[in-house]
Amino acid sequence: MTQAPILEIRGVSKAFGPVKALSDVRFELRRGEIHALCGENGAGKSTLMNILAGVLQPSDGEIHLDGKRVTIPSPAAAQRLGIGLVHQEIALCPDATVAENIYMAAINARRAPLMNFQKLYVEAQKVMDRLAPIPVRTRVADLSISNQQLVEIAKALTLDCKVLMLDEPTAALTESEAQRLFSIVRGLQQRGISVVYISHRMAEIFSLCDRVTVFRDGQYVATDRIADVSPDDVVRKMVGREITQLYPDKLAEAPGRVLLSVKGLSDSDCFSNVDLVLRAGEILGIGGLIGAGRSEIAQTICGLRPATAGRVEIDGKPQRIRNYSDAVKAGLVYLSEDRKGSGVFLDMPISVNISALDLSKVTSLGMLNRRAEDRQASELTKRLGVRMSGIGAAVSTLSGGNQQKVAIAKQLSVDPRVILMDEPTRGIDVGAKVEIHRLLRQLAAKGVGVVVISSELPELIGLCDRVMVVREGRIAGELDAEALGEEAIMRLASGVKNPSTQQAAHVA
Amino acid sequence: MSPREQTPMQAELNAGGARRIDFTRLASMREAGLIVIILALCVAMSFASPHFLTWGNLRAMMMSFSIEGIVVVGMTILLIVGGIDLSVGSVVCFSMVISGALFLAGLDPWTASLVGIAASALIGAIMGFFVTVVGLNHFITSLAAMVIVRGLCLIITKGTPLSLFSLPPSFKAIGQGSFHNIPYVILIFLVVVAVFDFLLRRATAFRKVFYTGSNQKAAQFSGIKTNQVKFWVTVLCSALAGFAGVIYMARFGAATPTFGAGMELNIIAAAVIGGASLNGGSGTIFGAILGMALLSVVTSSLILLDVSVYWQEMIKGCILLAAVSIDHFLHRKKS
Repeated sequence: MTQAPILEIRGVSKAFGPVKALSDVRFELRRGEIHALCGENGAGKSTLMNILAGVLQPSDGEIHLDGKRVTIPSPAAAQRLGIGLVHQEIALCPDATVAENIYMAAINARRAPLMNFQKLYVEAQKVMDRLAPIPVRTRVADLSISNQQLVEIAKALTLDCKVLMLDEPTAALTESEAQRLFSIVRGLQQRGISVVYISHRMAEIFSLCDRVTVFRDGQYVATDRIADVSPDDVVRKMVGREITQLYPDKLAEAPGRVLLSVKGLSDSDCFSNVDLVLRAGEILGIGGLIGAGRSEIAQTICGLRPATAGRVEIDGKPQRIRNYSDAVKAGLVYLSEDRKGSGVFLDMPISVNISALDLSKVTSLGMLNRRAEDRQASELTKRLGVRMSGIGAAVSTLSGGNQQKVAIAKQLSVDPRVILMDEPTRGIDVGAKVEIHRLLRQLAAKGVGVVVISSELPELIGLCDRVMVVREGRIAGELDAEALGEEAIMRLASGVKNPSTQQAAHVA
Repeated sequence: MSPREQTPMQAELNAGGARRIDFTRLASMREAGLIVIILALCVAMSFASPHFLTWGNLRAMMMSFSIEGIVVVGMTILLIVGGIDLSVGSVVCFSMVISGALFLAGLDPWTASLVGIAASALIGAIMGFFVTVVGLNHFITSLAAMVIVRGLCLIITKGTPLSLFSLPPSFKAIGQGSFHNIPYVILIFLVVVAVFDFLLRRATAFRKVFYTGSNQKAAQFSGIKTNQVKFWVTVLCSALAGFAGVIYMARFGAATPTFGAGMELNIIAAAVIGGASLNGGSGTIFGAILGMALLSVVTSSLILLDVSVYWQEMIKGCILLAAVSIDHFLHRKKS
């Protein structure tokens, strides 16, 4: 592959007011390669993608496509040039069918006044079937998040593109769906489509991509062939410093007394007869496929969803939890997986976010004590190392990792006995991830119960002392530190029986 | 003192400073802007018309928006929680009509007024039920209530105004009397505004209104019973409208079944000009009252300048559009 690159970017800068999102970066995409673009959040990856997709205009610099200099004034122009972008965040019309969403661009360009639904459904199904057998007459709102992500990708496939950019396409996918996506991406590569692949997950990058370019703080750092570097090299380039240890040390001694015990918990539709025991000092992981009922179990324990049966005990004392405020009073808090949707109040100040969980702590005689609220926020943000201009700044001004720290600070403000964290590091950069993992370990060491739900297998394996796997609303099994492994978790999660690992995975 | 010891204190000082700037920056910018515009208009008008800056005219202006201002208070809080109430004009009238009819039936006017306010609150409770339990949105629910309550007013009065000249002078004084040349109406309005502005900024219960309006899901995930918050704010908005209705009755000594039609638009416009967002989560009472004052100054100016009444409505609409557009533009520039 010594041809001219299909896409070349030279000296591109982009400033938002005084903030330089990109300064003088270059990037080269060869014909038919899968090229990973890495960097922490705020490194400028998304800005570059948005420039290439015509959403943003560069302040400076040149873009060459197929050897010709081009300008991309609008998303429509990007489509005409054959550049497709799959956004990290799902942007589908929830009330339209899958087919209508997939062919939105084509419908938009259609001259005829009436729709030909018959043809639309047939064509759309063909495209969809290449990814997953999702019926195209379904309304998008009725699909799970991971299926919506697949529709988003199918939509990009219909555009006859030369360059396809995927921005964290696997963030919401399960392992098996991700695998299917990889084989599709490889298929696209064989058809001569060049792919820019943005991801935080090193394992994916190293199994899928040919080359990797790293950005840091809006600047170009390096481009390497994947064969020439190790994941550690890439992480070091992203962070700009040595991360000595990705995960904190695990619990050395045996865990202490039982903090939280759940027996026979069931709800009306998602799961039944769930037992769970959490001991002091340990971090308990909950794994499983998306939709298996992990979040629902955690939310039901905390009274955010109604339970039909089951007992919850904290410190051996049975609790009556009918709603979330009961749970908070009992010392049980839940960190939502959907940070922006239900974790934080984006347009409100940091201090106001942190006090939301228990206003009585900062209230005297029915009035808010701003001083106490500020003190609490100062202490917690300092303890968690939130990088911000001040506790009066709106949460929307923070990076994803710091927003998540604020969400965690909110949980810690009530001195919880047990903290249930749903995807605590989803979509945040490596540096913040390491800090959050350390924090969870510290909490556990101090005797706070920590339960982590995660779809990232390396996180479950690296962080947790014990992992419970949920499959279709039931506990499929439990793995202790020695038995932990990607394969073992996947077997339990997907229900594949394998005699050699069954001994290791003592089914609960 | 080592630097380590200084840090927490400094952090707190810095943080406190940043909060004062950030938390109220947008709101105070907007409020300061409105004050400047209102003052500029007043100065310009004082040159254009000698009658403008007289106590009589200022008093008339204040009177004209004082009672509506009480309704604006409720509407602003409802907008912050993410709701809206199109029925306030009808509810103002309903309160007048109920109190008036009960007075004519022999009840003493004070008890009749309390019943009128309670009946208005009941309308709010019914709307709150449909919003929180049935799950309809505020817009449609209050649109239906607007028509239904107007219908009730017509039924009760059989379509003709109730004449309430027989109201005792002690009651009429609320609407017509003054204390040292300041009408009671204005005093009542100022007290209501001061109390609710303070509560909205400082009371824990009202902080929950902001949480719910800013992100309902996140509020639920913080243990806030958002349906309860929405219900009680809806009731409060209607109760304040009922309170305003009683004052109108004392002022006019009559209860007209068509009174207050279209009032809701003026009130929503004032709140929005004052910075309340239709998406919920932001707004201040002080701002909304300034919005009301701006609309009132404009109306008064147009009258003094002999602008045809046909033009007045259109000009007020344009001001609303301009205010919202400028705000939208400023917000977009920021993000």
